[in-house]
Amino acid sequence: MITVLFFAKQQEQLGLDKLERAESQLAVAELKQKLIEDYPELSLDHTMTAINEEYADEDQMINDQDIVAFIPPVSGG
Amino acid sequence: MEMYKITSDEIDVNQVITSVIRPEAGAINTFIGTVREFTGNKQTVSLQYEAYPSMAEKQLKRIGIEIREKWPNVQTSIVHRIGKLAISDMAVVIAVASPHRAESYEASRYAIERIKEIVPIWKKEYWTDGEEWIGDQLENTSYKNRVPKEEKE
Repeated sequence: MITVLFFAKQQEQLGLDKLERAESQLAVAELKQKLIEDYPELSLDHTMTAINEEYADEDQMINDQDIVAFIPPVSGG
Repeated sequence: MEMYKITSDEIDVNQVITSVIRPEAGAINTFIGTVREFTGNKQTVSLQYEAYPSMAEKQLKRIGIEIREKWPNVQTSIVHRIGKLAISDMAVVIAVASPHRAESYEASRYAIERIKEIVPIWKKEYWTDGEEWIGDQLENTSYKNRVPKEEKE
């Protein structure tokens, strides 16, 4: 089981801030692809991914119990 | 003691400044980012900041570490407010203390630019004629390439 977090515009597109997914042992890019297929309203363009609060590459593996967060372009400051 | 904090409360500027004071410092530079009413022709009514707080605080701390690597002997504190803010409210306060003034200006500038690159905080503007999540404020490269594992040149 993994937890997936959404923020800002993507949270509004989905209408929720968190998902629990049964799959693990997959790459970030694979998870993105699955989510886009499952949620056509979701756009993950120009979006970084964090695994357990650290930025992750597209080919990084997601393990069981990981918390994955999608980080759309930031606009703090 | 350096502070790296996301808060939904009004920022206490003096507390941020006090946190970097030390005998070795000869300069303390304070940057305050406030909510601007007009951006071009667009009039902002209010705005909402949202964050991934636990990760944002880690990234703020990382900026402090990067600053220490570039300018040794510099102390940095950064506090960013989230939630609904009105015009002129303080959104971010950065205090940098250094032995001499030059580094404090440079490090302060570096901190605010890095916040706009790597810290998971998002701003939603409420205009007189609509609302919008703001992204990619730097607009100089694609976002994907702006979050390097190592420092930007």
